[in-house]
Formats: sequence, C-alpha cells, structure tokens
Amino acid sequence: MTSQNLNVTDARNAPTVKVLGTSELTQERLRAAMWFLVPMLLVLAVVAGWPLYRTIYFSLTNASLTSLSGATFVGFDNYYSSTTLKSGKVLYDGILVDSDWWNAVWNTIRFSVVSVVLEAFFGMIVALFLNADFKGRGIVRAAILVPWAIPTIVSAKMWSWMLNDQFGIINDVLKRLGFIEKGIAWTASDATAMLAVLVVDVWKTTPFMALLILAGLQQIPKDIYEAADVDGVHPVKQFFRITLPLVRPALMVAIIFRMLDAMRIFDLIYVLTPNSSSTKTISVLAKENLFDFDKFAYGSAESTVLFLIIAVMAALYIWLGKVRFDGGDR
Amino acid sequence: MASIQLKNVRKSFGAVNVIKGVDLEVRSGEFMVFVGPSGCGKSTLLRLISGLEDITSGEMLFDGTVVNNLAPSKRGIAMVFQSYALYPHMKVSENMAFGMELAKSSQSEIDKRVSEAANMLQITPYLDRLPKQLSGGQRQRVAIGRAIVRDPRVFLFDEPLSNLDAALRVATRLEIAKLHHKMNNVTMIYVTHDQVEAMTLADRICVLRDGLVEQVGSPLELYEQPNSLFVAGFIGSPKMNFITGVAAEPYKCQTLGVRSEHLEIVPAHGVWNGTVVHTENLGSDSFVYVDIGQEEPVVVRVNGTAHFAPGAPLQFSPINNKVYRFGADGKPLKA
Repeated sequence: MTSQNLNVTDARNAPTVKVLGTSELTQERLRAAMWFLVPMLLVLAVVAGWPLYRTIYFSLTNASLTSLSGATFVGFDNYYSSTTLKSGKVLYDGILVDSDWWNAVWNTIRFSVVSVVLEAFFGMIVALFLNADFKGRGIVRAAILVPWAIPTIVSAKMWSWMLNDQFGIINDVLKRLGFIEKGIAWTASDATAMLAVLVVDVWKTTPFMALLILAGLQQIPKDIYEAADVDGVHPVKQFFRITLPLVRPALMVAIIFRMLDAMRIFDLIYVLTPNSSSTKTISVLAKENLFDFDKFAYGSAESTVLFLIIAVMAALYIWLGKVRFDGGDR
Repeated sequence: MASIQLKNVRKSFGAVNVIKGVDLEVRSGEFMVFVGPSGCGKSTLLRLISGLEDITSGEMLFDGTVVNNLAPSKRGIAMVFQSYALYPHMKVSENMAFGMELAKSSQSEIDKRVSEAANMLQITPYLDRLPKQLSGGQRQRVAIGRAIVRDPRVFLFDEPLSNLDAALRVATRLEIAKLHHKMNNVTMIYVTHDQVEAMTLADRICVLRDGLVEQVGSPLELYEQPNSLFVAGFIGSPKMNFITGVAAEPYKCQTLGVRSEHLEIVPAHGVWNGTVVHTENLGSDSFVYVDIGQEEPVVVRVNGTAHFAPGAPLQFSPINNKVYRFGADGKPLKA
C-alpha cells in the first residue's frame, strides 16, 4: 500500500517539476546558446539586414545615384503607376508594365529551370558513378570538383575564348569534323547565347550537385540492394523503386539550393554574354538600372521583387522540408 | 524443399582465401546451422549459397542441378538479413509484396500470400506501417514474413537474432523453430556465432573454422562425440574444461576435456584438488570455479545452490569416467 501511494504522488509531482523545469543547467545552456548566436545575428544584421532594408526603402523613392540623400517618397510608383493625360489617354509606368523587366524574368526562369534540371540529371549520373566501388575513386571525386572550384569570372572568360567565333577551339573542332562550315558566334548571337550560358553553368555546377546527391546515396544501406537481388528486382527497377525514392530528400535539398542560386545568376552572364537581351536576367537588369542608367530607385524595385521571389521559394522549401522530407530515413 | 550439395567450394577475395574447399550436403527439409567464431567464413558460405557472391571454384548443386552461375532470384531462395534489410520507404505490406509484384503475380494472389504470412507471424496489425515505426523484433518478423511470401525452396538466415535483446532473442528463436514445423519442414540454413542457438534450432550443425568444415552432425553428436578439441570447446555451455600437463597424466593424453556437468565434488580421494576462486549461483544450478594450477580455473557444476567461500579447498572427480582424451594434434584419442 505504502509503495503504491508513493507512486501516485510521484506521478502527480512529475509534471509540476517539468513546468518549473528551467534548472540551472538549462538556464546556463540557454545563455550559452544566446551568446553563440549574438555575433552571427549582428553580422547578419549589418551585411544582410541593413542593405535589404535600404534596397526596399529606395525602391519606394525617386532616388538616383547622384542624389541618394535627396530622395523623396513616391510610394509604389516604381512598381506600377498610371497617369491620365488631359486628352484622356492613360499612361502606365513601373516595372510591372516594363517589357525589359518581363524579358529578364522570362530569361531568369528559363535559365534556372533548364540549368537545374540538367544539373540534377547529370549530377545524379555522376553521383551514381562515384558511389560505385572502383580503384582511384578518391582522386576522381576530388578531380570532378575542379570546375566548381574555379572562380566563375575565370571559367566564364575561359569559356568565352573557347566559344569565340574566329579563334575559339570549339568552332575549330566542329569545323574540322565537318559539322559547320563557318564559325558560330555562340555568345554573341541571340539564337545561341542562352545555350552557351547553359552549357557553361551545367559544366560548372554539376559537380556540386553530384556531391550533394552522393552524400544522399551513401546514406542508403547496401543490404537492401541485396534483399532486392534476392527478390529478383532488375537493376533499372532497383534505381526507380529503391534508389530514387530514398535519395529524394537529398535530391530535393540539392535542387532547391541550386534553384535559389540560379535565380540570382549574375557573374557568368555578365562576363560571357554582356548586353545580350536573350540572356539578360533580373540581376543583370537590376545592376544596369542601378548603376549604368542612373535609375537607382527603379533598380532597387527590381532587386526587391527578386528578393521576394527567392524568399517565397525559400519559405516553400522550409515548409516542404517539414511536411514531406521524412520519407528517407528508417 | 531442396537438397543442396557443395563440392570442394572455394572463395577468395583477391589474395585472401575465405572458404578453403568445403564439401557439404544439406538434406532436403533439414534445419542446418552454420556455427563458428567470427571470421570463420560462415556468413560467406551462406552468401555463396544465396548467390549474392560468386564461388571461386568448386560446384554448387540445388536438387542435383549445378547453380554456380544462377542469379539469387532464380535459385528459389529467400534470405533474412541480420540488419533486416527492409525497404525503408515502403509499408510492411509493400515490403512483403515487392518481389511478387515485380514478378507480375495477380493482386489477389499477392494479397492472399501476404495475409497468410502476416497471420503466421502475427504482424497483421502492422501491415500499414513503415519499418521505422516498428520495434526491432517486429522488423525481424516482417523480414521473415517477406521471406515466407516468396515461397522459397530454401530459407537462409544470416544471424537474424543478433540485433535483438536477450529476451526477444529467445522468443524469436522459438518462433523460427515453430516456423520450420509449420512450413512442412522446408530446408533452412541458419548462420550464427551463438552455439546455444545452434544447439536449440538445428537438425544438424556444421561447425566451421578458418574456412573449413570442422565437423557436421546432430547437436547431440557434436556434444557427445566432438572430433576435435575445437568442436569440444565450442559446443556446450559453459565451455568444456581442458586440463593439460601433469594433471592430465593419469589419463595418458595431451589434453583432457571434461564438461562441468560431468564433474562431481567428492569429500576425499578426488582425482583433482584445488581452491575455490568464485561461485556463480543461478538458482537451478551453480558453477564453482576451482583453481587447480591450470591456466584457467576448472568449472564444476553443482545441482541447486552451492556455498563455498573463496579460497576453500575442494576435491572433485569425473562422473562415470566421462572424459574426452585428445592427442597433441587436437584430435580425439581412440580408447
């Protein structure tokens, strides 16, 4: 009887203890966590928070590079505005009715979707290859990262020489093989500029994708493939029914990271195909307006919209991460 | 049901010879247990039978047909892995049905076989769960269920109980024994390093050592007539006492083996005498560790409980002269 009574009291006391549960140890941990976070938060506030605030602020003014301090508030005029003339005609202005803007949006989306899809595809193939056991795997793994390690400006310049219409090695090879008669101006011609940008970006970023996917592949236990062999599952089916579902969480993370990255592409396009309307992306256009055309407020508005697009995608990613990404482990 | 024959089977990984010429027959419907210390090649031998590894030389026959190069799925085997090897992204029912589904069996046939196996193993309530939502014992039963659904000629078990806790291990051991009866005595091959599992489950045990078969026989044959020092020491718990040197002289052999249950404590004129080191009381019986000047203390089994203070002198003798005499080569000496 006594011991039973004791148990009952214990059970009643337990939740109270938990509610009060900020023991000295817990408090100390919370304090330590705070002190570890403070420097990071400060740095983020200075290098990300403040510029972002300034960009959004300038997008709501008529600021120009020459008179940043003399800027006055104009509301959402940079985004969308309409003026009615005395004749009754209505004029629309702002980035939402700007054909250059929409061209840049279209280019950005086209570039992002095509490059990320290709990178995921080739990255998966490379990752599967690297996941197999063979001699010298370590060296191949390191070597495959080289394109990614080269600074974009350097690789863009390198490719721009290789793609040169008169002296480029690529035209030379194609000519000698008899595929073309005259050198093609890959980066300058509207028809091929986007293709050139995509080729260079896929070349550069596939290794990064491959490495992220490889990390996911290595999480998959080997024995379930043996179970599949005993079950008589054809290797192709093993890939689609076992490997792909199990690597999906890692693949999704890789794709979304790359997507966010691709949406704000600037350096490659700026160096490889300067001033080509067929490759001009939102970042390139915003930079033009901000600094080249002295439309600082207008460029800020474009940057702000790009930020919003990426922020929505990131939020979507976090939401998806909570809801769907738990299928992979066991 | 199938009989399996291995003829001079060898397996090397590069320069390392793991299986060094094994001749063995597994009879149709038999429960065969491969047992041996780690690294003896027992798991490799099982993987050779499954077809997951190719044999380097020799012949492997299932029901008289050579299967050396036959894919695992065409040998009519099912395998239960130590780590369960369940597909983590599939529900229990999907795990069990996967093989049949790909073999394009009809849905009604799949449902029938899955529900039969689930009933047999009492996992019906978990059919809609993912493996990660199950305990270790439940996962192992799902893995066994997946094997049953394949309706194989031969069941292969690769240390299936070693990831379970002690109580669950005993319970699942019983399940597997019952399964063997229920499945009309289908051929089963079971790998373990635990000699108790081997003794309790097997029709016949194959003791492996260093890539070679040391002895094959029923559990009692191995227990009563070990044909080497190694088997004598490996089968039986606690381990057989080995007495060497002067203490073995009265029996005219290099090493004298005597099991703890074949020793009795005598008040005087014992064959050996020594001092008590420690006593383990297990309730039903007790084990007394006695130092008689050998490298390791001799273990003497006593019925019921025993009370000996450490350091107390003790004399003991073999019961009915039940001893095993081994020569210098580790082989038993003929009487």
